[in-house]
Amino acid sequence: MDKTPPLLELCEVSKRFAQATDFADRIVRRLRRQEAQAAQAVLAVDCVSLSIRRGEVVGLVGESGSGKSTLGRIAAGLHAPSSGTRRWKGEALDALRAGERRRKQLGIQMIFQDPYASLNPRLRVQDIVGEAPVAHGLIAAKQQAEYAADLLQRVGLDAALARRFPHQFSGGQRARIGIARALAVQPELLICDEAVAALDVSIQAQVLNLFMQLRDELQLTYLFISHDLGVVRHIADRVLVMYLGRIVEAASTEDLFARPQHPYTVALLEAAPTLAVKKIDFHPLQGEMPSPLRPPSACAFHTRCPHAMPVCAERVPELKEVAPGHFSACHLDDQA
Amino acid sequence: MASIAADIETPLQAFLRQFRASRMALLGALVLLIAIAAALLAPWIAPQNPYDLAQIDILDARLPPGAVSPEHGTTYLLGTDEQGRDMLSAILYGMRISVFVGLTSTVVALAIGLVLGLLAGYAGGRLDALIMRVADIQLSFPSILIALILLAVLGPGLGKIVLALIAVQWAYYARTARSAAIVERRKEYIEAAVGLGLPPSRIVFRHLLPNCLPPLIVVAALQVASAISLEATLSFLGLGLPVTEPSLGLLIANGFNYLLSGKYWISMFPGAALLVLIVAINLVADQLRDVLNPRLQSL
Amino acid sequence: MNSDLSEQTVLSVEHLQMQFATRGGVLKAVDDVSFSVRRGEILGIVGESGSGKSMTAYSIMRLIDAPGKIVGGRVLLDGQNLLELPEEQMRRVRGKRIAMIFQDPMMTLNPVLRIDTQMIEALRAHQSLGKAQARAMARDALARVGMSAPDERLLAYPHQLSGGMRQRVAIAIALLNRPELIICDEPTTALDVTIQGQILNEMQTLCRESGTALIWITHDLAVVAGLADKVCVMYGGKIVESGAVQQVLEQPRHPYTGGLIASSPSRNRRGQPLRQIAGAMPSLAELPSGCPFRTRCPHATAICATMPPVELQGQHMWRCFHPLQQTTGAMHG
Repeated sequence: MDKTPPLLELCEVSKRFAQATDFADRIVRRLRRQEAQAAQAVLAVDCVSLSIRRGEVVGLVGESGSGKSTLGRIAAGLHAPSSGTRRWKGEALDALRAGERRRKQLGIQMIFQDPYASLNPRLRVQDIVGEAPVAHGLIAAKQQAEYAADLLQRVGLDAALARRFPHQFSGGQRARIGIARALAVQPELLICDEAVAALDVSIQAQVLNLFMQLRDELQLTYLFISHDLGVVRHIADRVLVMYLGRIVEAASTEDLFARPQHPYTVALLEAAPTLAVKKIDFHPLQGEMPSPLRPPSACAFHTRCPHAMPVCAERVPELKEVAPGHFSACHLDDQA
Repeated sequence: MASIAADIETPLQAFLRQFRASRMALLGALVLLIAIAAALLAPWIAPQNPYDLAQIDILDARLPPGAVSPEHGTTYLLGTDEQGRDMLSAILYGMRISVFVGLTSTVVALAIGLVLGLLAGYAGGRLDALIMRVADIQLSFPSILIALILLAVLGPGLGKIVLALIAVQWAYYARTARSAAIVERRKEYIEAAVGLGLPPSRIVFRHLLPNCLPPLIVVAALQVASAISLEATLSFLGLGLPVTEPSLGLLIANGFNYLLSGKYWISMFPGAALLVLIVAINLVADQLRDVLNPRLQSL
Repeated sequence: MNSDLSEQTVLSVEHLQMQFATRGGVLKAVDDVSFSVRRGEILGIVGESGSGKSMTAYSIMRLIDAPGKIVGGRVLLDGQNLLELPEEQMRRVRGKRIAMIFQDPMMTLNPVLRIDTQMIEALRAHQSLGKAQARAMARDALARVGMSAPDERLLAYPHQLSGGMRQRVAIAIALLNRPELIICDEPTTALDVTIQGQILNEMQTLCRESGTALIWITHDLAVVAGLADKVCVMYGGKIVESGAVQQVLEQPRHPYTGGLIASSPSRNRRGQPLRQIAGAMPSLAELPSGCPFRTRCPHATAICATMPPVELQGQHMWRCFHPLQQTTGAMHG
């Protein structure tokens, strides 16, 4: 068993977004002698723990509102968690000062979803890719052009295009530029937030292959966030399923897809369209994901779960190991 | 690697091409360039220096356009005012002041407003609230009123006028810059810059600023006209520049009394010059707004 | 099922051509596109961005503005050529006989009007109805598309509803006037998987029950697999393959279709590089002559510079000089 600490560790991390009441609103309430309204809070991530070992590809699956993007940003250091700790190579990062933290977490880089909004439209590609390594002193300023050209080639682009602007590239090429930018600072962990969702199908395959190739060439580790189960199944070693801010199931990819335990995972797998030609005659999951502003009590899924029991509305199910390496948070497992 | 734009156009070339699409804007730009050139070259092309009292002959006062001076034999193309100043020269020098005042105050106000607006938009929270409340309070007063009060306190003079105009204008830029900053701040390329560990100052000035500039340029173009107009108003009211260095506004004021007695040229020509200048600026600004508007652009 | 009615062709598109006139020349966005849909049938049009699938739909609805222009072909709705109708009559067709649902429901919904206002307006534009009657119909329509608490939803504004609910409202509006044909342009692409599953299920049921023909435009072959009866695959403005869904997916003939199927993660071994199609779709300005796919096709030869003729095998159509022969339809390289 590998004794080295995991590369990235999140311990009981939560993230609350509060909409503080307006100053004017507070005055009005005072004048009307109403109670001060508690700030409306959304608990985007609720007490999530995960650890990523070096060389792994961890898939994070969920629908919109599940909190997976927020969790990804917490892991990347773009959001500070409201509670819980984040450890990078064994070291707790959030206690550090901003400048120091920026330096230490350079090894974690994020690949974004929108290939159009994720590149600065006013900078040449060469500068987009080469700015950060120069700013951090990884390379000398006069090496920038060469370094950027090298990286562009590595991600499958023609290095001669380095002096062009982002709007002169297609969506798939911009996605590659974003990858080159992340690679420029020599990261160890890449967090891909729906990195292929906005791409055409034929380009998706190319970019996914690129990810796998880079993993082997550069010994990278990935946290792959996606709503596309087919993609996650192909690329990930381990999968975590999120629903309304909590992890409801975690297992190795094979286990999860072969023997899903949590009713939500089961519903997701059933609903995902596959190329097998079958006229859909299944019973889709009813209802919608509840609003994070008014989450259901205890198990967040009980409002839509076909197996809901009274206890589901009373007690939050814990994430328990139901098979070796396979965790699920469901009261159905209590009865085993 | 297919699907790359066949012609490599820098953003500047693309901008110029789109700008050229409107004839009106080109006309405006042309007139503006002529006005600015005339203003800059005034000391060399004006027949007379209207500020040099030695060159003005009171005996030539109130001569109609095209009249010849009985004393010196010079032709006054646009007539003279009540002090014997050649109207053409006075207008050229007056435009000089107008353009100088308009451009300087706008540029400085732009710089101040831009920095404050970016900081407010990027930092958010209390800093944002503070800057915006100050701007809001200022914007709720009519600009003339603020300018008048400042000039009353500071006294007359070219530099003071520029200061007053800056104080009046910075708030527009700050507000526009803040809105743009708030929109851009949420975009993923800023998140990426944060993730790359770039320090906040670099993110604000290298990433945020260039992308917040387009709406500000539009505001600036319109504000130049507004500043020129404001300065003319102040001068007309007698609070601007001294009588010996008349700007267009003062010239209009001087000739005001003669409008109905047949000596129209003393007010009319400076008025026309001012009008042409402002219309030209507005035409250019209109096209700038269309060109720089991301929604109207075809990608 | 009444076999007479089910044989009736609702929409027949014949050799449709739509072009854009730009600074750089003429772009052929829709190039010689032909297909037909029968009553109660679901046709899927599959293609990536730039393939012309959306433009085909807009052309059918005659929603094309300058510099785009329909330059050839016929669009027969129940035998009547829509391209020849005066605009006033076309307006009556839109919404009443053909309805369209867009990817972004906010293209259908007015953000400043309540849902009931918008639905009643849509109804009264094509039928003379009292307000109360229209309201009752609107409420029923919402219930039919699976909306919970329809009375509450009627009083809401679009921004108060989630994306899935808004799309359901858009679908309900489309169904209000009982159109003969509904064209859906990627309506579930932006929605969650579970919501998509619900909506696909509902659409299928609705079409079977009411006999409405459906054209579903998507980039996702898997959606088409579960939903449609027939499929057309588009590339570079042309239809490269079409036929019954089962046949096209199990026996693809065109290398592009084969490539799409082969690059799907579900058709590849875990951990192995996905089989991919090299290169990227050329922009309309850079389309090669002849077969648009030839710049990326590993089987392309010199003859592909001329447009391959239509080959037909029963309902299965393809245009390729070197169609795939293997039963698995797998593409190499």
